[in-house]
Amino acid sequence: MFPSNSLNAMSACTSEASHDPLSRYHFLRVLRHEQYCTAAGNEEKQTISVTFVDKDGEEKHIKVPVGMSMLEAAHENDIELEGACEGSLACSTCHVIVMDVDYYNKLEDPTDEENDMLDLAFGLTETSRLGCQVIAKPELDGLRLALPAATRNFAVDGYKPKPH
Amino acid sequence: MAVSRALRRFWRSYSTVSSERLRFCIVGSGPAGFYTADKILKAHERAEVDIVDRLPTPFGLVRSGVAPDHPDTKIVTNQFSRVVQNGRCSFIGNVLIGTSISLAELRELYDVVVLSYGAESDQALGIPGEELAGIYAAREFVWWYNGHPDCRNLAPDLKSSDIAVIIGQGNVALDVARILLRPTSELATTDIASHALAALEESSIRKVYLVGRRGAAQAAFTAKELREVLGIKDLFIEIQQADLSKTPVDEEELKSNRIKRRIHELLSKAATSAASVCSPGQKELHFVFFRKPDRFLESDCRSGHVAGLRLERTILKEDAGSGRQIAVGTGLFDEMECGLVLKSVGYKSRPVDGLPFDHHKGIVPNVQGRVLSEASGDALVEKGLYVCGWLKRGPTGIIATNLYCAEETVASISEDVQRGLVTSSSGLPKPGRDGLLQLLDSRNVKIVPFGGWEKIDSEEKRRGSLKNKPREKLTTWQELLEVAAK
Repeated sequence: MFPSNSLNAMSACTSEASHDPLSRYHFLRVLRHEQYCTAAGNEEKQTISVTFVDKDGEEKHIKVPVGMSMLEAAHENDIELEGACEGSLACSTCHVIVMDVDYYNKLEDPTDEENDMLDLAFGLTETSRLGCQVIAKPELDGLRLALPAATRNFAVDGYKPKPH
Repeated sequence: MAVSRALRRFWRSYSTVSSERLRFCIVGSGPAGFYTADKILKAHERAEVDIVDRLPTPFGLVRSGVAPDHPDTKIVTNQFSRVVQNGRCSFIGNVLIGTSISLAELRELYDVVVLSYGAESDQALGIPGEELAGIYAAREFVWWYNGHPDCRNLAPDLKSSDIAVIIGQGNVALDVARILLRPTSELATTDIASHALAALEESSIRKVYLVGRRGAAQAAFTAKELREVLGIKDLFIEIQQADLSKTPVDEEELKSNRIKRRIHELLSKAATSAASVCSPGQKELHFVFFRKPDRFLESDCRSGHVAGLRLERTILKEDAGSGRQIAVGTGLFDEMECGLVLKSVGYKSRPVDGLPFDHHKGIVPNVQGRVLSEASGDALVEKGLYVCGWLKRGPTGIIATNLYCAEETVASISEDVQRGLVTSSSGLPKPGRDGLLQLLDSRNVKIVPFGGWEKIDSEEKRRGSLKNKPREKLTTWQELLEVAAK
């Protein structure tokens, strides 16, 4: 649905831009604010940059439209994040680790239901979330998420353990 | 980064493209089997994977274990179905290892055999009276309400008493408690088997006791299931305040265990907010901690039937070996009346002929999924034979646990394939699927392919739609096989 290659998105926008001054303005905004336009053509959505760090420590940088969950975004971009229950809060397979505590703090607190599932997540950390519950919003631009196995060897940036 | 990924992909195809097709057989189509199949298909481009199951239906405990009121947990079957839709994978149902075909024959037919057939038997309590009527393994009860064809006729007696005792405090215990206590109007819109729904509608069980040997800090259930049972409409909950007090050792345990800490908080909250008296007609759930079943008591008027049980009070002592707190008897006993007992103290795997088996642990001896020839001593690895899931690590964990379990087993397989350890000694390619189908046909085994299951699936959904249920399960062998063969 969403092209993973942002260049394609750009060129789709430019062709629109050529015969409409408003679109041209939009095109500039695309450059400035990383606005995004789908393959379908006219629809434009704001996106944020998200980096997934996979189990081998490899990084994948993607653009995620505002409002989309990290689980969906991962699947759109062929990132191997499991989603056994397809985002219905009945499993813990889309577990991701927010790598910067400042970003973690920008998220809404997990609900009881999410916490119940996080209880069962493999390799749980203090900044773990379910990918299906992290929804892209502008403040999260630059978010870095690790898939669990990749985190065994490094600490979460800036995380200070809470005193007991 | 991209380069290394491309290289890896290149190596993957290069290393397999020159060699023959690799034939894999997976025995058991539950989560462990399907996750194993998925990972094999992704790791080996020349792999051909057959998943055999003794039932005409796939998905193992997702179908027969997950409670009917947990539909979201079953969504994972979408993903599993996509695995079979891969051209290199097939499902072959109605094939029982040890009867339709032996393990030795399977190993002859395939380069690699992965056993993931789970645990279809039960731990026994080993106390007097366990054979009395009215006492069931929770597994049987679960299979019954989930429409497993082997427990279709269980007909648990829900009418001659109003008290049920569940022994064990894990998630299965909470599942069966919830099914007994939840308003049947709420169950009616789930995929619960219709024979079970009818029996539950007539049920006279009003009080359920959940008995555990240890305390609230050690209970084995998880928060979602506890929250659910505590939230059942119009249910009286009893949790003794005294059982919630924590010893310093408990405090220490809870500090390092997020799940148990949250469970303890939930129980404490429920204990404080619970009504102090039960209103008439209200159903009741009683959490009974620090009690160990000692013997079952036979009914005076109904010979051969359970009428109650004797429980020994326990205290916790630290086990020198494991460092965990274990329950020890105090010599003080209580008696409790009941007409139905569900033992939820663990599942147990069964061996098949020719399979090394550790009867003490109830698993197949293995190292990271590689089957060892002997349970102890200088063990040799059984060539081309692997295990995954409960048969490999024992009957614990959730669906996702099998994801990691399968990852480990498939990593072992990949390593062995790379080192040339699974190629046939004769040098001839293994017959794989064609050989298996031929052999089964010669034995007149009527296999059920995935297409057969799809017929069952649509028939169940069709019947379900008439009753406002997601599906109405076919629950007899005959019906399942008939619909599959249509």
